[in-house]
Amino acid sequence: MSVAVRFSPADFEPVTARRQLQVSSRPSLSYWQDSWRRLKGSRRTFASLCAVMALGAMAVAGPWVWSVDPAAQDIDQISQAPAWPSSALIVPPYTPWAAVTATPTQAGDVVTNLRLAEPASTQAVRLVWEPVVGAAGYVVYRSVYDTAPDRALGLPIGEVLGADQASFEDRLDLEPRRYWYSVVVTDENRAEQSAYAALTVDTVRTVSAGDAELRGWVEDATVLAPGDQIDLPYHPLGTDYLGRDMLARLLYGARVSLFIGVVAPLLFVLVGVVWGSAAGFLGGRVDQLLMRVADFVIALPFLLFMILFKIAFGIGPGESGVFPMLVALVLLGWPSTARLVRGQILQVRQEGYVAASQLLGARTGYLVFRHMIPQTMGVILVTLTFAVPSAIFTEAFLSFIGMGVAPPTPSWGSMANEGIRTMLSHPHELLFPALIISATVLAFNLLGDGLRDALDVRMRGRE
Amino acid sequence: MLTYTLKRILQGIVTVWFIATATFVAMHAVPGDPLANQRATNEQIQRNLEQRYGLDRPVSEQYVVFLGGILRGDFGISFTQENRRVNDIIRENFPVSATLGILAVAFAALGGILFGALTALFRDRLPDLVIMFLVILAISVPSFVVAAFSQLALVDINVYLGFSLLPVAGWGTLRHMIVPSMVLGLGTMAYLTRLMRSSMLEITSSDFIRTARAKGLPPARIFLKHQLRNAVLPVVTVLGPAIAAITTGGFVVELVFAIPGLGRYFVEAVQQLDYTVIMGTTVFYGAFLVSMVIVVDLLYGWIDPRVRVE
Repeated sequence: MSVAVRFSPADFEPVTARRQLQVSSRPSLSYWQDSWRRLKGSRRTFASLCAVMALGAMAVAGPWVWSVDPAAQDIDQISQAPAWPSSALIVPPYTPWAAVTATPTQAGDVVTNLRLAEPASTQAVRLVWEPVVGAAGYVVYRSVYDTAPDRALGLPIGEVLGADQASFEDRLDLEPRRYWYSVVVTDENRAEQSAYAALTVDTVRTVSAGDAELRGWVEDATVLAPGDQIDLPYHPLGTDYLGRDMLARLLYGARVSLFIGVVAPLLFVLVGVVWGSAAGFLGGRVDQLLMRVADFVIALPFLLFMILFKIAFGIGPGESGVFPMLVALVLLGWPSTARLVRGQILQVRQEGYVAASQLLGARTGYLVFRHMIPQTMGVILVTLTFAVPSAIFTEAFLSFIGMGVAPPTPSWGSMANEGIRTMLSHPHELLFPALIISATVLAFNLLGDGLRDALDVRMRGRE
Repeated sequence: MLTYTLKRILQGIVTVWFIATATFVAMHAVPGDPLANQRATNEQIQRNLEQRYGLDRPVSEQYVVFLGGILRGDFGISFTQENRRVNDIIRENFPVSATLGILAVAFAALGGILFGALTALFRDRLPDLVIMFLVILAISVPSFVVAAFSQLALVDINVYLGFSLLPVAGWGTLRHMIVPSMVLGLGTMAYLTRLMRSSMLEITSSDFIRTARAKGLPPARIFLKHQLRNAVLPVVTVLGPAIAAITTGGFVVELVFAIPGLGRYFVEAVQQLDYTVIMGTTVFYGAFLVSMVIVVDLLYGWIDPRVRVE
């Protein structure tokens, strides 16, 4: 007896394979996404990236925002340290002052009652005193320091002859500040007495309406009456030794310095990449020849040849000298990148996936653009970032020894060069360019460090 | 070792020849007449002057004369300083630059190794963080800024003390040399510190250190004999280029501190288009740097036998 086996159609349904597929818990990241994530994760690197972008924005937009002519001289405010905006008092035009004479009534070796004939201003300081019997004359000293502690009277700015002379007018390069005046009596041999009369004077910045119009501060002088206040051109970071606005020069200098600092590395890294990948890819004789040339160029003493090449290209009248410097930097800078890229290419060429790709019939162009360049991109990017500070340094160095950008074109290096001459009396002229060079180089160095970590393949997938 | 040495020396000679040629080409591409500021009042004097300096001959002949001069170690007579031989200028001023450079390199190497080892020992702790912060600062500030501000600081210190602790500028005694060589070596020192740190960290996590620890060697011995000795190797390799960077970087320091070195002569010669002085100093510097690199390479081959096989 046979057992009837009954099949239902359902029995012929295929058994569904219910394999437990591994589901990735998060979407896969490409190399660049991963690098970017790590870069953002490092606060220091992200901050330096922001700083670099801010510097770029400053160089591009700065001169528009602060649209002061970097070559314009403000002769009223020369070597001015950073300060709040200042104003000047409008006064009548200068009128000559007749010397005051008085019959000496008192004996002694020092004048008395030294005082101001009228309020002291930057136009003139007018001193009067009671003369001394038997004096041959009077010497007037002016100091910018207090004379009392060590009896340093400062500069002898004038001498009047005759016992009856009782006044002196000082108009020499007056600034709005405190002066210490001293008057010394001279005897018949014109020897100066040791005693002196002293007066502390605070000068007020004044300008006549006519001068204000001449300097372009007002359209028409007649709107100003004596006693009005007029605002002076404001220099937030002060002025340099020629009265040029430091902020404007720093912003224009950013264009020059950053242009050289960024474009030159871009160009020589590009040359280096082409040279190095050609050497690494073609190999053999070509490789040897190309690398020998690179070896020679690398052996040249860098700074000596920067100077030589720069003068060999020459600077014509009216040129800024930026272009020769660019060419010189590119000519001398490319070999290190070329070596690096060649090494990378040689390494990548031996990788299994390249061989696999070749087996699958990939052409040279495909190999280069799909495998070689993306693989070496990280290293190239890091090199580029580190090349920027060194190019900025080179520009600053050359400008500093007077071989760089030709004046009056401002660059940070040439500003530092000018500032170093007056660093004792006006340190701000050196401080600001020095600070901005250091800050820029610091930002690029930190960015380079961060990029190196972020683009490091070994660090993939880590936070 | 001998073949390696000979090969390196031969390469060095070819390199110096290349440097000399490049200098010659660059110099002859310079616009302007080097005799223009001379006292050539008429044609005859101009011709005589050209004859004296060999400028009347074709460029190819000048090149041969120039190379011949180098072979004999004679760089000719200065264009701007009457009757002064370039050799004398180099002989008088190079020792100053060299002393400054050697002190700076010594300072940089010692400081770099010391601080690098320290930061690696105290990894991620306070000394490490402080030193690495100073290092990144030292790399970022140009040497002329450091020079200028150290001068300012010296002035203040001397005024405060009431006597001259260290001179602000000039050259002569060892006291003059301390500050300029420190300023000159600072950037390189910072660079070497970083290098030393990473190389120390790499060594610390290597197997033979673990073996040494497992053997129960005292930590001081592990540190000195195993870690430090091996970690110094990469530092030695970059010493050659570092010497090059320091000697040419010395220009600025010489300028700021008023040191009568060769760098100042070079800058002056370039400004006055003094052909012979420029070519002489460049070739001399180039030869010096190339030989320094060779010496360091040989030294490295001696320290690390693996290199010689290449």
